Amino acid sequence: MTAIVHAHHTPTLSERLKDASAAAFIALILGIPMIGMTTVDQGGFLAVMTRWPQLALFVGLTFAGRILFSLALETIKRRSQGRKSGKSAASAAEAANAALKRGTKPESVIGWLAVGIAVALPIFFSEDRYIIDIATSVLIYIMLGWGLNVVVGLAGLLDLGYVAFYAVGAYTYALLSTQFGWGFWEALPVAGGLAALFGVLLGWPTLRLRGDYLAIVTLGFGEIIRLLLVNWTELSGGPNGITSIPRPSVFGYAFLPPDTEGSIADLLGIEFSPMHRLLFLYYLILLLALLTNLFVTAMRRLPLGRAWEAVREDEIACKAMGINVTTVKLSAFAIGAMLGGFAGVFFAARQGFISPESFTFSESAIILAIVVLGGMGSQLGVVLAALVLVMLPELGRDFAEYRMLLFGFAMIVIMVWRPGGILANRAPTLIHVPTGDKA
Amino acid sequence: MAQALQQLINGLTLGSVYGLIAIGYTMVYGIIGMINFAHGDVYMVSAFIAVTTFTLLAALGVSSVPLALLVVLVVAVLFTSAYGWTVERTAYRPLRNSTRLAPLISAIGMSIFLQNMVQVTQGARVKPVPPMLSDGITLFTSGSYSVRISSAQILIIVLTVVLMAGFTWLITRTAFGRQQRACEQDRLVTAFLGYNVDRIISLTFMIGAALAAVAGVMVTMYYGVVDFYIGFVAGIKAFTAAVLGGVGSLPGAMLGGLIIGLLESFWASYLSPEYKDIGTFVILIMVLMFRPSGLLGRPEVEKV
Amino acid sequence: MTGKTLLSVQNLTMRFGGLTAIDNLSLNVPDQAITGIIGPNGAGKTTFFNCLTGFYKPTEGAVTLNHPTKGPIRLADLPSHKVAQTAQVVRTFQNIRLFAQMTVLENLVVAQHNALQKASMFSIAGLLRLPGYRKAADEAIERALSWLKRLNLMDIVNVPAGALPYGTQRRVEIARALCVNPLLLCLDEPAAGLNPKESAELNTLLLHLVQEEGVSILLIEHDMSVVMNVSDHICVLNYGRKIAEGTPAEIRVDPNVIKAYLGEDEDDQPVEKAS
Repeated sequence: MTAIVHAHHTPTLSERLKDASAAAFIALILGIPMIGMTTVDQGGFLAVMTRWPQLALFVGLTFAGRILFSLALETIKRRSQGRKSGKSAASAAEAANAALKRGTKPESVIGWLAVGIAVALPIFFSEDRYIIDIATSVLIYIMLGWGLNVVVGLAGLLDLGYVAFYAVGAYTYALLSTQFGWGFWEALPVAGGLAALFGVLLGWPTLRLRGDYLAIVTLGFGEIIRLLLVNWTELSGGPNGITSIPRPSVFGYAFLPPDTEGSIADLLGIEFSPMHRLLFLYYLILLLALLTNLFVTAMRRLPLGRAWEAVREDEIACKAMGINVTTVKLSAFAIGAMLGGFAGVFFAARQGFISPESFTFSESAIILAIVVLGGMGSQLGVVLAALVLVMLPELGRDFAEYRMLLFGFAMIVIMVWRPGGILANRAPTLIHVPTGDKA
Repeated sequence: MAQALQQLINGLTLGSVYGLIAIGYTMVYGIIGMINFAHGDVYMVSAFIAVTTFTLLAALGVSSVPLALLVVLVVAVLFTSAYGWTVERTAYRPLRNSTRLAPLISAIGMSIFLQNMVQVTQGARVKPVPPMLSDGITLFTSGSYSVRISSAQILIIVLTVVLMAGFTWLITRTAFGRQQRACEQDRLVTAFLGYNVDRIISLTFMIGAALAAVAGVMVTMYYGVVDFYIGFVAGIKAFTAAVLGGVGSLPGAMLGGLIIGLLESFWASYLSPEYKDIGTFVILIMVLMFRPSGLLGRPEVEKV
Repeated sequence: MTGKTLLSVQNLTMRFGGLTAIDNLSLNVPDQAITGIIGPNGAGKTTFFNCLTGFYKPTEGAVTLNHPTKGPIRLADLPSHKVAQTAQVVRTFQNIRLFAQMTVLENLVVAQHNALQKASMFSIAGLLRLPGYRKAADEAIERALSWLKRLNLMDIVNVPAGALPYGTQRRVEIARALCVNPLLLCLDEPAAGLNPKESAELNTLLLHLVQEEGVSILLIEHDMSVVMNVSDHICVLNYGRKIAEGTPAEIRVDPNVIKAYLGEDEDDQPVEKAS
């Protein structure tokens, strides 16, 4: 086998400057109406405000960024050219074996470490309400990310309305508990099942469609659910939502002030503290999230989970192997929806109050961003992305404002750079060890 | 009867706007076989450009409405085309030979980016624009109800008809139109024939953006309220219009736009205004389920 | 050969708009034999496969599989996955369709999805790791490995299929199709991209499959060294029509076939086909 090495053209300095100037020019054109100018409301009428220095900065940054980018690209290309070897069965086998030897060990070590930190966190911050609250939020997003990962990462179906299932779970618990007095644990499976049913109802007619049609239908479905919640006031309370949703209880005992019936503090004979409930909620979502993770990881190694990935890789080949693609997709959709529904129940129970505002498209976009940025199919990637995404706005108001801007940008960059996501090294679900023992 | 006629006028106006946006979806779909998820947001950007330009012209003392409109249209079309070009260049072109999912995600990323970029640079508050061309003709009065068509509505409908005529000419009669259609049939062969396929695709995005810009200017002038979120809903509706008419079919996009516009105004007037958006989504799902090729589209054969 | 007919095609016609890709084709495919389908590019060979395996709905005509235990099955009535699952007609693709990111072993195990899915009781037994499921899973791996051994692919068991060279991918695709447990195996240009040594190995494998495993084979192929050497029976298509049928020896001298391959006009220079 002969290796063909393409002679690589290194751009000269003037070419680079020309290229960067072109980029800067485009930045100028795009920037004039958006960065250079804006309108401000001056008591009922608008006035134009200019921001030329900011525009100049933007154009300058684009120019410099483009040059740095082309230099960086150059280095990467040169390096990868040195490494590139001929594509033969032997070299492919060698590469795969090397990857196996490296294995998933580092990732699983980090994973256990993360679990350890998560379990120990309240010990260090047991009085810090703020930290526990943030950590709980992070865990909700991790759970949502893992749920959506089944649909997007494993089955390769772009779901832009995932928040609808989250909403179904949240409202189901809210209604069951406030109207019929159901507890958290009874409502949890019902809400999950209902969310899965919604997933099937939406997926059954639409999963035969092309991927981009499916994306837009799920987007529409998410909006339908939200609009129903806003307008169907008798059921959902309309824009005001549902209030005083009961908190989860433990075997019928609740986190209530002392001398109230069913108070845990009284039962255990400890001093009542409102922090106890927060800590309990934190451990509850940690448990739910870990169960989700175990479930999804186990599913991936089962025939159904492998079929999800096979459908993502090639639907036509799946059909030729006798796999009913619609059923496989539907199961991924329903299971993803169910996990979203579970997360919704927890959300409603934690907040004690829900309204349609929590279930807008941007929420779906955040969850999708977590999955995409973390590396589709990677469980650990979701954790990292959720951490960054939830912590970023806490760093300051500016970060909050620019968060989705940055994430939209990052989604484009990552798709162009690594279409599989950042942590996209897929771990095989089956490994054959020649000595005879199977992994 | 009078009410129905009034809704017909309102629906045609709205439908024209949706049709103009829908053409962008249909053209891009025809040429690269993908939905441009960021198209609704490009339309939204154009509305903001229109707001700024209108305000600027008012500050400069331009009092002639036709002159102001003309300037705003030209400015919005030029800048918005640049946005259309950039969307293709950054979110689509590098991924033309990538996996199925990647360009969809990068397009969603672009949509999120544009929405938040406008929110950050232009503010999250609604921009009020004083109504223009609100004078009009009262067609007839029956009892206490009078049927009216405003100058703005006449302008929107006439401009759409003119643009459609010009656009049809562009696609069917010019060299670019032939290249564009050749590209839709087979990109590789078009490239072998010596045409610059990248350029044709870029131009297609720019034309789509330019038509969306016209829609953006019209909506700014007609409704007078613009915020960073308008692209989302208008995008879905125009997309529904494109699907209803048959994705890939230009007359279909216009027809779909009109049907959605009429449906929306009648639904809002006779049924319930709260659920008018749900009506559109339900149509979208029904069409995709029962007639994915739309009213005027051709059915696709899966390549094995 | 048993002399029985496994698959009978009657008056099959497939039109796309104005184009007739297959025109009134009738053909009997014998049981436990290799049937070659040849013809110039665009003769309708792959379209024929697509009609057999449920990817296209034929415009007219019938395709019936005489299943030894289930009786006659009308293939055109089945969706594509049922063609593989129920009728056990399994195909490969001209432009190789492997699950690129999944390893070779995973590819072969996915091919046994239906049996495994049943054994896992729709994942419940699988999640509980019940012994019944674990046994089935182990057997699936054993079966996959035995085919890989048979096709000399043991070195690449754990390699992602997409990282393999073209010729190896072709063999993996055949191994994967065999894991579906086919009665009739439809191979679309299995020798394309193989070197002469690999083609010779393919010949041996195909003969082995028919003689030892009782599989019947429908073979679309341009490589005459494969078709003429292994086929018991050959059908020649041109412009969607059957122009000849018979043993390799008969086909070699058939004037219609020679005309189709070398051109209608006698003044035309024979042109070497680059395919």
